[in-house]
Amino acid sequence: MRRIAICAVAQHKCEEDIWYKRFQGMLLDVLEDIQEQTGFDFNEETGVNGIVTCSDDVFDARTISNNAAVDAAGANYREEEKVAQDGLNGLGYAMALILSGHDDLVYLAGHCKESQSESRNMCTYLAYDPFYGRPMGLDYLNVAGLQAMEYMEKSGLTQEQMAKVVVRSRQWAIRNPYANATEQVELGEVMSSPMVCNPLRRLHIYPVSDGAVAFLLASEERAYEFTDNPVWITGFGNSMDSYFLGDRDLTSNLALKDAAGRAYKMAGIKNPKRSIDLVEVMDCYAYQQPMWLEGLGFCKEGQGGKFIDESGPAKYNVNLSGGMLAGNPLMIGGLYRAAEAVLQLKGEATERQAADINRAVVQSTTGGAGQFHAVAVLEI
Amino acid sequence: MGKRNRNVGIIGIGQTEISSHKEHQNQAEMINEAVRYALTDAEITLDQVDCVVHGNMELFEMVHQPDMWHSLGSGAYRKSQYRLTTGGTTGATLVCVADNLAASGMHDIVMAIGLEKLQEGNATGGITNTADPLWFRHLQTGALTSTSATDAIQEFGEERAKRAAMKYRIMMDKHACLNPRAHRRLGLEYDQMENLMKTSPKLVGDLQLIHMCSQSDAACVMIFASEEKAKQLSNKPVWIRDHITVHREENYNLFGLKPRESTHHYAARKLFGRNGITNPVEYFDVFEIYDPSAWWGLEWLREFLLLKHDEHLKLLENWEFDMDGKLPVNPSGGVTAGNPIGATAMLRVAEAALQVRGDAGGHQVKKGIKHALASGFGGTFWTVLTMLEKDIDWQEVNDD
Repeated sequence: MRRIAICAVAQHKCEEDIWYKRFQGMLLDVLEDIQEQTGFDFNEETGVNGIVTCSDDVFDARTISNNAAVDAAGANYREEEKVAQDGLNGLGYAMALILSGHDDLVYLAGHCKESQSESRNMCTYLAYDPFYGRPMGLDYLNVAGLQAMEYMEKSGLTQEQMAKVVVRSRQWAIRNPYANATEQVELGEVMSSPMVCNPLRRLHIYPVSDGAVAFLLASEERAYEFTDNPVWITGFGNSMDSYFLGDRDLTSNLALKDAAGRAYKMAGIKNPKRSIDLVEVMDCYAYQQPMWLEGLGFCKEGQGGKFIDESGPAKYNVNLSGGMLAGNPLMIGGLYRAAEAVLQLKGEATERQAADINRAVVQSTTGGAGQFHAVAVLEI
Repeated sequence: MGKRNRNVGIIGIGQTEISSHKEHQNQAEMINEAVRYALTDAEITLDQVDCVVHGNMELFEMVHQPDMWHSLGSGAYRKSQYRLTTGGTTGATLVCVADNLAASGMHDIVMAIGLEKLQEGNATGGITNTADPLWFRHLQTGALTSTSATDAIQEFGEERAKRAAMKYRIMMDKHACLNPRAHRRLGLEYDQMENLMKTSPKLVGDLQLIHMCSQSDAACVMIFASEEKAKQLSNKPVWIRDHITVHREENYNLFGLKPRESTHHYAARKLFGRNGITNPVEYFDVFEIYDPSAWWGLEWLREFLLLKHDEHLKLLENWEFDMDGKLPVNPSGGVTAGNPIGATAMLRVAEAALQVRGDAGGHQVKKGIKHALASGFGGTFWTVLTMLEKDIDWQEVNDD
């Protein structure tokens, strides 16, 4: 299979409430950032004609949320298609757009402002069906609580170990200029932060965030017009688990294992522990970091607690961006993960740059308690 | 568009009946019905599908990330899945997406699902909600506009324009009456024209109730396969030749009031240009157009077919868009006969593909169909055009 290049990435700094800028303004900022880096344009013959946006009508409270994204994504009189699930799927689709021969350049941009709704839980509550899910009051936070309980029992993960995940996330976040929650916290603070949804405490839960991310992708033939050091997408996979919680084994990582298996196969990876140098996972809640690492093959099944105590996340360079726990919005959490991996692979991650990073894996999830996962493999 | 990595064929089509309400089904069940029809049509099992593409508008039914719940009926369990939505163009976008995914080599058999259950929401409220909350929402009236009526009346005179719009509407209804899945089959007759022009309630300006599409419930499913798989699995695959998507900025005339080429005309010009088609009316054997109102349908025929002045009116007046005409338009009845928004644009491609296969039943165009065109419409004058072919070797066609 041909290689697809990521030429450049741009991230808007995430904040709790970017009240002073509309999402169009945020999108324009990341567009101009990438144009400055690469000099690309939307010329009919030689420029970008394929545009993929990522957003969500419910978070934007606008039917056809990409209506307003078209202007700021350069899509006037151009092809634009909106991915309405986590943005990492947009990266997978952008890859297909180039592999199919339909486009040789793709501009990918996503936005989400969680601050605009009174509670983001009201948005994710609407993800449940009106017959069984909504009368139970389900939303993504509640189902995460249920999953956390089961996972703690299965893996022996403790409140202290979850606190360690949060403390480490903040230690990295302070070195990431795009992270939202950079305030340093101690174990005791996390363990005594208010219980929000048993067993999840306030600091176990990713902070409400606004953000925008953009990528420029190109075919192998055209990549060097825009960068000297492209990052290649060599693997992508995604998969869907059942909808009803009762139909699922909540700690089995079924969809994640499928998705990772597909991405690893495409990239020719047999042993992820040995051949991957950096991992970015979409850990919306602290327990998810070890759990997703089990699904990706970095941590032994049911050993998440021990894995944290043995500094597994440090060993495999997990979430040097600070991860979701440092605050990225839903819908584009996976794109922020991929953006960090690109910077690390290019050697442009400044204070948090790790040494000898040649191949990275990024993961994202859509839906309640990881119903759907996407995994991408990036390398130089 | 560069060189295609590999060709893609349509090997399965399924659609539910289009209707104003489906109390007997929830959203996942409605999808499942169409999925079963498509699998049966393709003579394959769900196991053979390796990727599902899903789309509708979240806010019409007020379900966030509806593909999660819909996985109960879509068959996406443990499969690759993508969800893309682009307003009214969604169904056409899903066709492009499925084609791109199958052409990319990442997937061999891709099933695309477009749906809407507008009964469960408020379509006009939902469409009004597309407008910018600061600048335009207080001005928006759903999808209702009479600008094309005003323009046509100015250009061709009141009598000719109004008669043309009504003739177009009745022609579409005649076609719909041949299609058992169409939502509105009113049984209109041409001798009712004068009466309808007088009595049909006015919505906005000269846009009357009878001109406008309905809000509907339906799901449409199409199965796409790589050339190799399509030839192996199907004895009548319909080939996707090319497609083009053209979106435009939200704010009309942001760059001055000078009229500019419409997205429809631009898309057609680019698509036909790169495929060597100089006379679309001659080349295509059928056109399934996304016509939300009779006024729009008429106006857009001129744009899409690159016609000038009153050429489109003449074609209509000479019955050339009728079932036996030179270029039959919407044998299915089109969008004025039913508009389940997220499915609507896919229904256009599906109906065009059925015509190519010769499987459209009561509304099959008699002459053999080799080349079909389908359009999608949505957002702020967004357009998608898809070209279908009966034969995969379209090189000779290029030399026409």
